[in-house]
Amino acid sequence: MSAQQSLKTSGAPSLEELKAVGQLASEKDMEGRGCLCIECIEEIPCNPCQTACPQGAITVGFPITNLPVIDRAKCTVCGLCIPACPGLAITIKSVKDDTARVRFPWEYLPFPAIGDTVRMVDRQGRELCDGTISSITNPVRNNRTAVITAEFPRKFVQDAISIARRS
Amino acid sequence: MRNDGKPAVVIGAGPAGLCAAIELKKAGAPVVLMDENAKPGGQLFKQIHKFFGSQEHKAGIRGFDIGKELLAESLRLGIDVRLKTEVVGIEAGLKVWAVEDRSKSYTFDAGTLILATGATENALSFPGWTLPGIMTAGCAQTLINVHRVLPGQRVLMVGSGNVGVIVAYQLMQAGAQVAAVIEALPRLGGYGVHTAKVRRAGVPFYCSTTIIRAEGRESVERAVIASIDAKFQPIPGTEQTLDVDTICLAVGLTPSIELACIAGCKQIYIPELGGTMPAHDEFMRSSLESVYVVGDIAGVEEASTAMEEGRLAGIHAAWAMGYMDETTMKTKTEETKTRLKALRQGVFGQKRFEAKKRIVEGRKEA
Repeated sequence: MSAQQSLKTSGAPSLEELKAVGQLASEKDMEGRGCLCIECIEEIPCNPCQTACPQGAITVGFPITNLPVIDRAKCTVCGLCIPACPGLAITIKSVKDDTARVRFPWEYLPFPAIGDTVRMVDRQGRELCDGTISSITNPVRNNRTAVITAEFPRKFVQDAISIARRS
Repeated sequence: MRNDGKPAVVIGAGPAGLCAAIELKKAGAPVVLMDENAKPGGQLFKQIHKFFGSQEHKAGIRGFDIGKELLAESLRLGIDVRLKTEVVGIEAGLKVWAVEDRSKSYTFDAGTLILATGATENALSFPGWTLPGIMTAGCAQTLINVHRVLPGQRVLMVGSGNVGVIVAYQLMQAGAQVAAVIEALPRLGGYGVHTAKVRRAGVPFYCSTTIIRAEGRESVERAVIASIDAKFQPIPGTEQTLDVDTICLAVGLTPSIELACIAGCKQIYIPELGGTMPAHDEFMRSSLESVYVVGDIAGVEEASTAMEEGRLAGIHAAWAMGYMDETTMKTKTEETKTRLKALRQGVFGQKRFEAKKRIVEGRKEA
């Protein structure tokens, strides 16, 4: 399996595949308040991310199979698009000093609790390092897709995407 | 146009049938909606994931909530919904033969027939396939999401199309582990966003792989899988044994065409959409003037397209029965076709779009 063509063989996109469609955020993008990361590299008919954004910062346009394009100047990293995405393909990542944060969608029980130590995972489900849960939100408007924030060492920021499920 | 007082009968109260009945009733046409199940909604109530599409396709709403919306609308409109009612025959002149509650048999005359009978999941036979614990993916989905029963602790999913990966994800949400998803083709079938969320949960995907046999004494205890070559033949020495207590088969669906055959609709073979199905025109009319086919019976797709097809047929039938003027019919049809076309674009949709065109060509030849 080549690392470049990973989505249709391993199930998850490689960094090269994301980069090829302009969906790999740089660490520079992640500085300060952080940046939106959408990993949606296939033309599927879907645009709730665009509809959810109050700033008009995400454009899918017509046809609705276009890939989403983020206008970073307009995006306030509010995170409303995270639970709106039916594909659970949106995260917000930020870095400060040696620490990284990822805000990601979560639909498994049990939920972790704030302060819990968790295992961060990469796109292939491999455990990378420990992380700490710093926030969990699940208001009614999320329609049962919780949004969780975890902190972990900065060096894993490009690979980390979620946390390991507890069984 | 005709308005002979005979009702339109919609058979199947899934997303396509419900939408057809709603459009008919909104236009003021008499409509009877029949379904063999105790509850309407078809497969919508086991779809716990958020739907794709755009706002007008109800994107971002979970399937069961779409089901609830459609039911509320059908109740508000006062549609005559007959549940636990199996349609077992269609006689000449569109006489519908129904059996209610497995005890009361009756016939009545329909002016128009809308067949929304859906599709049936394909099985796959291999040594051990009759062991308890082996089921279709849709069966597992019904168990976990409707009956809240977990069929097993460790699951092998056979088939990586959207059904396979969505059900794999939902099995994990229900508390099971998924040992692997295997796919006979060299590339995964489902949407990348679906496979990605299953992969990040640690589930391996094996392409060019098939199931060789299931093992176990009283129920499934193990699955033996192996790589296959370009001719789909197992490659010796590549066998792998997975400890699983459940094997789910997500290997496609076949349109449920029995009633369309009885009614005499001309059939066409379109392998990409599930096999043999009734040919239909752009208004979803079969080769018979007053018989429409909508949803999976007219080519296996998804709930979003099924709802739009149902609306197309409902609108056209309402006009044909004399309950809608031609201008309104044309406007509503164009709006619906635009929404439908939006769902049939991109790498996944294009193939279905082309296949649907062949179905329409097939009816012209009829």
